[in-house]
Amino acid sequence: MQNKSDAKLFDDLHAVLGDRARAGDFELGLYGKDGSVLQGEPAIVCLPVDTPEVREIVDICLDHGRPFLARGSGTGLAGGAVPVGDPVIIATAKMNKIIEVDLDNRIAWVEPGVLNLDLSRELMPLGFHFAPDPSSQQVCSIGGNVANNSGGPHCLAYGVTSAHVAAIEVVLPDGSVTVLGDLTAEPGGYDLRGLFVGSEGTMGVATKIAVRLTPNPPAIRTLLLDFEDVRDGAAAVSAIIAAGLIPAALEMMDKRAIEIVEAFVNAGYPTEADAVLLVELDGLPGGVEHGVEVVRSVAERHQVGNVRVAVDDEERELLWKGRKNAFGAVARIKPDYYLHDTVVPRGKLVEVLEKVYNIADAYDLIAVNVFHAGDGNLHPILAYDSSEPGVLERVHAAGRAIVTASIEAGGVLSGEHGIGLEKRDYMGMLFSSHDMATQDLIREAFDPQGFANPLKVLPSGSRCSDSFHQHVPEGAWV
Amino acid sequence: MSLEEQISPEIRKFAAEVGPTGPVTVAGGQTQWEVGGLPDPNVRKVVAPSGVWSHQPEEMTVRCGAGTTLIELSEVLAQHSQMVPLDMAPNATVGGVLAVGRSGIRRLRYGPMRDLVLQIRHVDHAGKIVTSGGPTVKNVSGYDLCRLLVGSLGKFGCIAEVILRCLPIPAATKWLSGIADPFEVYSKLYRPSSILWDGKRVWVCIEGVLSDVEAEAALLNLEEVEGPPALPVGGRVALEPKSLKDLEVNGSNWIAEIGVGIVHGDIPIGGGQVSERNRSLMRDLEHRLDPTGRLNPGRQVVEA
Repeated sequence: MQNKSDAKLFDDLHAVLGDRARAGDFELGLYGKDGSVLQGEPAIVCLPVDTPEVREIVDICLDHGRPFLARGSGTGLAGGAVPVGDPVIIATAKMNKIIEVDLDNRIAWVEPGVLNLDLSRELMPLGFHFAPDPSSQQVCSIGGNVANNSGGPHCLAYGVTSAHVAAIEVVLPDGSVTVLGDLTAEPGGYDLRGLFVGSEGTMGVATKIAVRLTPNPPAIRTLLLDFEDVRDGAAAVSAIIAAGLIPAALEMMDKRAIEIVEAFVNAGYPTEADAVLLVELDGLPGGVEHGVEVVRSVAERHQVGNVRVAVDDEERELLWKGRKNAFGAVARIKPDYYLHDTVVPRGKLVEVLEKVYNIADAYDLIAVNVFHAGDGNLHPILAYDSSEPGVLERVHAAGRAIVTASIEAGGVLSGEHGIGLEKRDYMGMLFSSHDMATQDLIREAFDPQGFANPLKVLPSGSRCSDSFHQHVPEGAWV
Repeated sequence: MSLEEQISPEIRKFAAEVGPTGPVTVAGGQTQWEVGGLPDPNVRKVVAPSGVWSHQPEEMTVRCGAGTTLIELSEVLAQHSQMVPLDMAPNATVGGVLAVGRSGIRRLRYGPMRDLVLQIRHVDHAGKIVTSGGPTVKNVSGYDLCRLLVGSLGKFGCIAEVILRCLPIPAATKWLSGIADPFEVYSKLYRPSSILWDGKRVWVCIEGVLSDVEAEAALLNLEEVEGPPALPVGGRVALEPKSLKDLEVNGSNWIAEIGVGIVHGDIPIGGGQVSERNRSLMRDLEHRLDPTGRLNPGRQVVEA
C-alpha cells in the first residue's frame, strides 16, 4: 500500500466489502492493465456484488477525495480500464446475474458483469440474442460493451451497442443512483442514456442494464470469397454495399491473416489468395438467397477466385472460427501484437490498406489485417516481440501514422474500441479545441470533480479540473 | 483538409446569423412547432441552410443542410434507390425532425431516428460551430453528442448540418389490414416494419424482397391496403410495449404502435416522467450549454 491515507481508505472499503476489497500485489498487478499495452497503477481493487455496495464504494472514494474506475473484463484495447491517477478499481465481475428476461418488451435486465456471449446463449432457446458481438464476446462484459459502445462483425446490419440499450441504472460520480432512459420508445427529457453509452466510465458506474433483444434470423448464409488481388476484394466490398445490400457481416482478411489463421484452425481458407471476404447474410429466406446472388455477381465482376458457400451450420461455424481466432493466431509469427481500430470511408479501403503496409515496413513491423470491411472499420494488427529493445516506440509511432492516414482519408479515430488513454491525445486530429471543450462541459455536468475514470477520452487541457496529472504512467503517451 | 476548411461557407454564414447574443429560434417546416410549447413571441427566427451537399451511394451516407426538407432529401436519395426512414411530413426539415426527435411509424423496423445520425454540426450559444460524431458509418470517437442533440428542441444549439446513414429502399412494401390480435401478428412475423392497432383493426407493413413479403403476408389473414391510416392528432404518449396489451381506452380515437409502445391520439395517459435526479442533470446541461437561455426560449424539453 502506497501511503497512510491509502491504509485508511482500505480500512473503510474493507469494512463494507470484507475480503472483496483487495490490495495485494497479485490483484494490483492484475488490474493494472487491460487489453492494451498500457500499464497503470491501481490503488485498491473492490469487487462489489450489488448497487448499494457500488454506491458505498463511490461514497468512500468521495470522502477520501479519491477517483474510481469501473472495470468489466478488462478486454478493452484503448486503455480505458488502465488506472491512472491512483483510482480505486470497481470490478464488476461479481455482478453477473441476468436479472430478468422480459420477452413482452423484448428486453433483458442484466448486471454489468454478465458476459456478452453468456447472455446470447441464455436467450438462444427463446429465439433471441444480444446483437453486439465483439471478437472478445466469450469474455467481455456487457457493462464494458456499454462503456465502449462496442461493435462486432454483425454491427454492420444491426448497429453498435447504443442501438441495443434501452435503459441503464447508474451510480453517478456524486454517489447518487439514477436510471437513464426507460423501456418506452421516447423517454422524457434529453437522451442521457445515449450520452452515457460510450462514455468509457467517465460519467458514472453502470449497475444494471436493460438491453434490447434481437430475434434470431430464420435463415443464414455464410460465404467465403477469395481474391488474387486485395484491391479487387476491397472494391467488391464497396460494390456489394452500392448494390443495395447490407449483409449481416462483411469481413476481410489479408494474405498474412489467411496464412496464420489457416495454420491455426484448418478452416480450409485458401492460403494462395491475396485476400478473402467472409460475408454473412441473414433474415428471411428470399432476401438471403437474393443476397447470395448479388454477392456472387458483384464478386464475379471483381475477379473473384472461388465462392464457397457454407453448406451447413458446422461449416459456417468453421469459417467464423477462423475469423474470430485471428488475433490469437498472430502468436504464430510474433509473441505480441498491437491491434488498431480506425474507420475510413469504404471507398478508401484500398488506399489506406496500402498505406498501412508501407507504414509497417517503414517501422520494421509486420502488419496483419483482419477487419470489418463492410463498415470501413480497419483493424491493422502490428505483430512484434516485446523483448526487442525499443520496439514499443516503433509500434506507437506506426500506430500514430496509421491513425493519421485514416483521418486524412476522411475517417475517424475509432470504430468500436473507444478513445481511452490510447487515442486521447489524438482527439485533436478529429475535433477542434472548441468541440472538445463542449464535450468537456457535458462530462462535467456528470462529474464536476473529475473522479470517474480520470484522464480518459479527452486530452488534458480540455478541462480545467483535471487534478491527477502527475500520475500518468510512463509509456502511456502513445 | 484542415478542420477549419471542412466547415462550409453556408455553415459559417448560419453561425453568423445565429450570432452570440439575443434570443433565437430555428424555424424549419414548423410541422411540429407546438411540441414542448411555442417559442417566446419576441424571439428572432433564423433558418438553417438547405441542400443535399453530398450523397455517396457506396458509402450509404448523405450530408445535407439542416434546413433541407424531407421530400428533397428523399428525391435525391431515391435516384440511387436509397432512403433515410425519417417518415415525417414531406415539408418538415431534417434539422427540425431531429430537434424534435419523434420517430416515424416504421420505427419498429428501423429503430429510433437518433440511430440514423452520424455527425451533427451545430451553432452553440456563443455563435460558434461545434462538430460531433463523424462522417463514417461507424464511429465511437468522443462523447455521443449527436444522440443528445436529437430530441433537444434546439436547447443545446442550432443544428446546421448533418450526416445521416442511408438504407436501401426495400424491393417490395405491402400494407395489410383487418381484424386481428396485433400481438399474435407480431409474434408471427420476422422484423415487420410497422404494426398499428386502434383497439380493433390492425395495419401491418412488411418490407423486403417480394417473395419474403408475400410469404410473410400469407401468414396473416389480412387484406392488402394502400397504406397506413391517418394518425389521430391531439396527443402522443410512449408506453412500455407490453403495456399496450392492457390498454383500455374506450370511445376515444387512438392508434398504437405495437412493439414500440407509442400511442397516437387523444388519450388520458401520462408518459415521459423525469426523475428528480435526471431533471437536475438535464437542467445542469442546459445551463452549461446555454448559460443565458437564449436558445429557443419558451420551448421546454423538461417540463417546469
